[in-house]
Amino acid sequence: MAKQVLSGNEAFAYGVRLARPQVVSAYPITPQTIVVEKLSEFVEDGSLKSEFIHVESEHSALSCAMGASSVGARAFTATSSQGLLYMAECLPYAAGGRFPIVMMNANRSTALPWNIYGDQRDSLSQLDSGWIQAYAENAQEALDLALMSFYIAEHKKVSTPFMANLDGFILTHTYEVVDIPTQEQADEFLPKFETENKMSLTEPKNLGFSAGPDTNIFFKYKEHVGILNAKEAIDEAERKFEKIFGRSYTGLTESYKTEDAEYILVTLGSISGLVKEIVDKLREKGEKVGLLRIRYMRPFPNEEIAKALKNAKSAAVLEKDISFGNEGAVYTNVNSALQKAGINIPVSNYIGGLGGRNISAEEIESIFDDLKTEESAVRFIGIGGEADGSQRKNA
Amino acid sequence: MKEIIWHGRGGQGAFTAARLLGEACALDEDSFVLAFPSFGPERRGAPIRAFTKLDSTPIGNRSEVAKADYSIILDDTLFSEKTLDELKPGGKVLLNTKKQIDDPRVYTIDGDDIAQKYIGRPITNTILLGAFAAVSGLVEEERIEQVISETMPQRIAEKNIKAVKAAYKEAAE
Repeated sequence: MAKQVLSGNEAFAYGVRLARPQVVSAYPITPQTIVVEKLSEFVEDGSLKSEFIHVESEHSALSCAMGASSVGARAFTATSSQGLLYMAECLPYAAGGRFPIVMMNANRSTALPWNIYGDQRDSLSQLDSGWIQAYAENAQEALDLALMSFYIAEHKKVSTPFMANLDGFILTHTYEVVDIPTQEQADEFLPKFETENKMSLTEPKNLGFSAGPDTNIFFKYKEHVGILNAKEAIDEAERKFEKIFGRSYTGLTESYKTEDAEYILVTLGSISGLVKEIVDKLREKGEKVGLLRIRYMRPFPNEEIAKALKNAKSAAVLEKDISFGNEGAVYTNVNSALQKAGINIPVSNYIGGLGGRNISAEEIESIFDDLKTEESAVRFIGIGGEADGSQRKNA
Repeated sequence: MKEIIWHGRGGQGAFTAARLLGEACALDEDSFVLAFPSFGPERRGAPIRAFTKLDSTPIGNRSEVAKADYSIILDDTLFSEKTLDELKPGGKVLLNTKKQIDDPRVYTIDGDDIAQKYIGRPITNTILLGAFAAVSGLVEEERIEQVISETMPQRIAEKNIKAVKAAYKEAAE
């Protein structure tokens, strides 16, 4: 393995190169651009044998990847924010067609106001599109996820497209130490893409097939089962990954000091690193606190969340998202998991980091402080705003 | 954790220096680094900041550095009292200037002069990196030379390495 200092985008591009996609369709958008730029350099210098296709929009980028996948090619594309929204029409097409495309999304705010910085409102708005959704914490996980995503998406029981999310700038543009596996190791890990869901000149099929009221629900059910099966495929991929590369991952969630924790913060993405540091700091003072990091939003870790939170006195969900007129989408999902498991503890929602606003160590500490009141609340961090539109009294 | 803030203007290579410092320190097996610029649209000549964080354990806090162990300033028009406020107790400023600054917290070097002599252009990012190695003792000068030769085209690398050596020598005295 080679240790290098890479940005999240570069690390992901190295991971994609190791997976040897046959087609890369590319349309640039900040803060995603570097990942496709890097891949174009790999194609140019011959280290990646891939058809690199410049397209005229994100809608075309995903359509192109779908076309490639429909003839049995391993396909990759990447996007962010407005680009993801512009290709939104194609997301359920790819999922419904069961094309195991891998796409990196650099999490970025959506307009208006125009803003190029990171939050997770872009991808979380597409939770229902039928894609697997993973969220990386750091550049090493981004590279490893790039490689694993193809394994999981292409798994026979899954056959579902995979969206790997990296926090814009905070992860995509930050340089850190990354181990790059060798191509031999990657080839040992990732089998060639083989599927029966393809067509050719000798085996013509219909790409844009239709299914009426009688049969449609069967397709949708199978799609649902496919994405549920990803749980098994993720486990299988991670076990094989650890065997070959020596790095281990923990499935749909990562529990950090939750076993005996009274107060647990649930979050996702790159902010988790800071939360871990705060957990360590508070633990030194004797406070029983922990972090539950959601690694996959789809399939959703219902059981894992219930298991981690069942003995807590209260919990909070910190997310860079707001479903306007309600609350954060992650919070809604977490509450559903707890309710189904019959766990009745106060759970609060903290909405922060919108449009790239910094979430500080002090703000995370104060969430853990709030948790001790064991009340439920939905709050915007750093502005004193409550979700009902009122202002917090002592903010 | 050691935290470094770089100040420069767009085009002066402040972020490149922040990244090179991270790479040089990462040559050490057990070291962890983060290097990133202040995020935003990039314009030549506009003030920018960049950050390097160095530690022996993984670094979770990806926020900008608020209080630094070292503040390195490539352009002395960006130096002010505010620069001193962003230092931790015992923190130091490393300033590229021809002026004399009478403050024990501020170390000055005439990087432009070294740049003119060895690089032929007033680009001082690697020069300040060389001076930083001497002043801080946080990174070996040879490692800075190594990452320069690994990441820059040979002709440019050679010039920069000469400049780094000169800056290191001057700062060490």
